[in-house]
Amino acid sequence: MEKKWEEMSSDERQEANLQKWVSAEGVKFVSPQAEKAYKERATRLKDAIQMKKLPDRVPVFTTYGFFPAVYAGFTPQEVMYDYDKCNIAWKKYVLDFAPDAHVGAVVPGPGKLFDILDYKLYSWPGHGVAPKYGYQCIEGEYMKADEYDAFIEDPSNFYSNIYLPRIFGALQAFTAFHIADVLEMYGAGFNFIPFGLPPVQAAYKALFEAGAEALKWVGFIGAHAAEIAANGFPAFWDGPAKAPYDMIGDTLRGTKGIMMDMYRQPDKLLKAMEVMAPLVVKNAVAGVKASGVPIVPVVMHKGADGFLSDEQYKKFYWPTFRKVLMGLIAEGIVPYGFVEGGYNSRLEIIRDLPKGKVIWFLDRTDMAKAKKILGNVACIGGNVPPGLLAIGTPQQVKDYVKKLIDTCAKDGGYIVGNGTVIEEAKPENIHAMIDFTKEYGVYKK
Amino acid sequence: MAKDLVKTLADLKEKEALKIVEDRLRGGEDPLKILDDARRAVEIVGKRFADGEYFIPELVYSGEILKAITDMAKPKIAKGAEVKRAGKVIIGTVAGDIHDIGKDIVVFMLDVNGFEVLDLGIDVPAQKFVDKIKESGAPIVGLSGFLTLAFDSMKETVEAIKSAGLRDKVKVMIGGGQIDDQVKVYAGADAYGKDAMAAVTLAKGWIGG
Repeated sequence: MEKKWEEMSSDERQEANLQKWVSAEGVKFVSPQAEKAYKERATRLKDAIQMKKLPDRVPVFTTYGFFPAVYAGFTPQEVMYDYDKCNIAWKKYVLDFAPDAHVGAVVPGPGKLFDILDYKLYSWPGHGVAPKYGYQCIEGEYMKADEYDAFIEDPSNFYSNIYLPRIFGALQAFTAFHIADVLEMYGAGFNFIPFGLPPVQAAYKALFEAGAEALKWVGFIGAHAAEIAANGFPAFWDGPAKAPYDMIGDTLRGTKGIMMDMYRQPDKLLKAMEVMAPLVVKNAVAGVKASGVPIVPVVMHKGADGFLSDEQYKKFYWPTFRKVLMGLIAEGIVPYGFVEGGYNSRLEIIRDLPKGKVIWFLDRTDMAKAKKILGNVACIGGNVPPGLLAIGTPQQVKDYVKKLIDTCAKDGGYIVGNGTVIEEAKPENIHAMIDFTKEYGVYKK
Repeated sequence: MAKDLVKTLADLKEKEALKIVEDRLRGGEDPLKILDDARRAVEIVGKRFADGEYFIPELVYSGEILKAITDMAKPKIAKGAEVKRAGKVIIGTVAGDIHDIGKDIVVFMLDVNGFEVLDLGIDVPAQKFVDKIKESGAPIVGLSGFLTLAFDSMKETVEAIKSAGLRDKVKVMIGGGQIDDQVKVYAGADAYGKDAMAAVTLAKGWIGG
């Protein structure tokens, strides 16, 4: 008899989640060959992650930003606004290069929705960057140094009444009002006065329009994922999570702000990260439930070598990050750390997790060292430099990948991949990376 | 005896350092002397960073403290009194890229190490670098870029400098995110620096200071 979810261990939950993902329930494949290829690819990745069985060969997985747009002859601006073009481009990428999995088409984001809400967190093509470039984050102190208490005491109120009006120009009217702290029958009418005011009504109008656009966009995202799966390619990430330190450093306090807080108000920063951790897990679990893809990307920024001392990393970054990872693992979800920058000094620290439960995609880390330290507990990958893919030659790429496979592939637990996302690249270099892995990465049993 | 500002600031004791500055200013001391101590302290911070004792938060924090000290001292500086500078360096994030955190740290470290930094900001077109070289005669240009799109912008900037007949008059250093020696060759730059202190070392090697 099947066990209930509540009774399962994290091991059993992971197995159930991945098994469901491999079995591709409900996918209408374009051909029996596509179905076979899908299952082989997903099984290969599952084996690499779990480290219980040697995969048939080293899996190869690429992550990309706006490269598919340019490759298909579109500008980043076009694919942000025209979902049909986005679908053509993102599909072409997967079918032409045939990696073992794809990242979905979420990255370009709905440009029109950003327009409607007057999104402040990013500059996007036509809004601060040229149409030929992808969007870029605009750092700021979206949470002020003296607002930690407001966040800690009531994060939900902080987001809806303070943070959202700051990052969405169209929602400015939501600052400093909410329906009520308490509400009873007598005088209830007073509480609704703000909703009659023209700026508030305009904000709601913007929300309705954004909602309509979001539905249109999510329909495209779902149809795209279904079409790619039908062609034999599993999706490999969904429902993002982040380290609480990065959540606060990236889009609340900013790089400089959080560094100052470590010195000036360390206790508040630590407390805020404690509050943040379960919220991050909850958000990611909801994403996985919606998509059915149990692999969650965790893009990592501000804990890299040089950005913190080891002591600072151990005190500020790792404890709540580990809580997030363990929270995801407990739900049978595989966190996929996308470790930007170098992580040489952190390898011993991040080793402290149960075996076969996470993936670490490393960027500028010494891969021999990573294999030595993490190799018997976690699946590793990454490290092919996007710079090499942009300006190197196919032969240089092959040499690089060969060295990586020779160093890291032994006994499994390894995926060939790029360091940071591909934005600019020569197509022949991506072919070289993927095709060479398929040829050279076969495990001899 | 008053505590040593150089040591206190180099150890990042913010409150103590600001108190010392306040006391010394109240005592009527030459603000330029105080600023020079503060600058020397941050030079030590830079050295500790290069030695692996300090990391980016310490560089950034020392910058914040230095800014506070400068704000306190500036109103008391007599008009006309100026700090002597070692040489000019033009810095900017190249066209298409709007990242500035790394660039700002480089600007700050060059500044405290005695260089006059001409910061052109972010998303800087090649021609703007050329114009600034002509206008200022600066012998060093630093190109910053976080994204891979910066590779081509850096290459185009170096080519624009060349077309303007200025390539042999300047040294070009590059740095940021995905920059390495291969990109240096691709862009036609003279050097790649891995962090802010590397930029200082390169600049000193080229024009002293």
